[in-house]
Amino acid sequence: MTPDSFLSMCLTAGFALIMLSLILAFVRLAKGPSFSDRVVALDMMSVSIVAFCALYAVKTGVGSFLDIASVVALIGFLATVALARFAERGLHRDRTITYDKGTQPPGSRAAPAPEGEAKT
Amino acid sequence: MTELAGSLFILLGSVFLFSAGLGLLRMPDAFTRIQAGTKATTLGATLIMVGLAIHHPGWTFKLLLIVYFVFVGNPVSSHALARSGHKTGTPMWRGRGRPETRD
Repeated sequence: MTPDSFLSMCLTAGFALIMLSLILAFVRLAKGPSFSDRVVALDMMSVSIVAFCALYAVKTGVGSFLDIASVVALIGFLATVALARFAERGLHRDRTITYDKGTQPPGSRAAPAPEGEAKT
Repeated sequence: MTELAGSLFILLGSVFLFSAGLGLLRMPDAFTRIQAGTKATTLGATLIMVGLAIHHPGWTFKLLLIVYFVFVGNPVSSHALARSGHKTGTPMWRGRGRPETRD
């Protein structure tokens, strides 16, 4: 077996395995019970797509796919961190909103009426 | 000989990416899925880039840049995900063999 045919065989096997991992991650993305499961599936899919782009660059010999791979890596990282922060921020917003009906929030205490207004 | 080693690196990295997908589907818990989905993909992507750098030495800088992005981005995103999942009360796995930890 020549090295070139072994390389093409490894590239084909790599494409097949990465596509299978993308399918498995998509199943988790579709049925994941919590928000974290879905975001983890998205993150893993972005890294798999980076590896796929690099393999495709070698298969076609076009070096521009490596630039696409680096951009996809950066965007996937930013999207994951932004979604994680979004989940945390939603928690804090709910925590500050929930008050009982009779009580007032501690920040919005009613200001005492000025003296002049009470006389008139 | 070195080209055979590069092809084997590519094959091994693809196997690691596939195992990451399998772990993402089979793990019982959101936190264990975070481990499976970030650590295995980091290793798999790095192995694939090393194999490609052996085959195409002219692309080594770009491949190293991609490896750097993955190495910096994946642990940070994993930490942020686990932190937000723990703060929002994502349920932990209560099955057999779970170590005694404080929630």
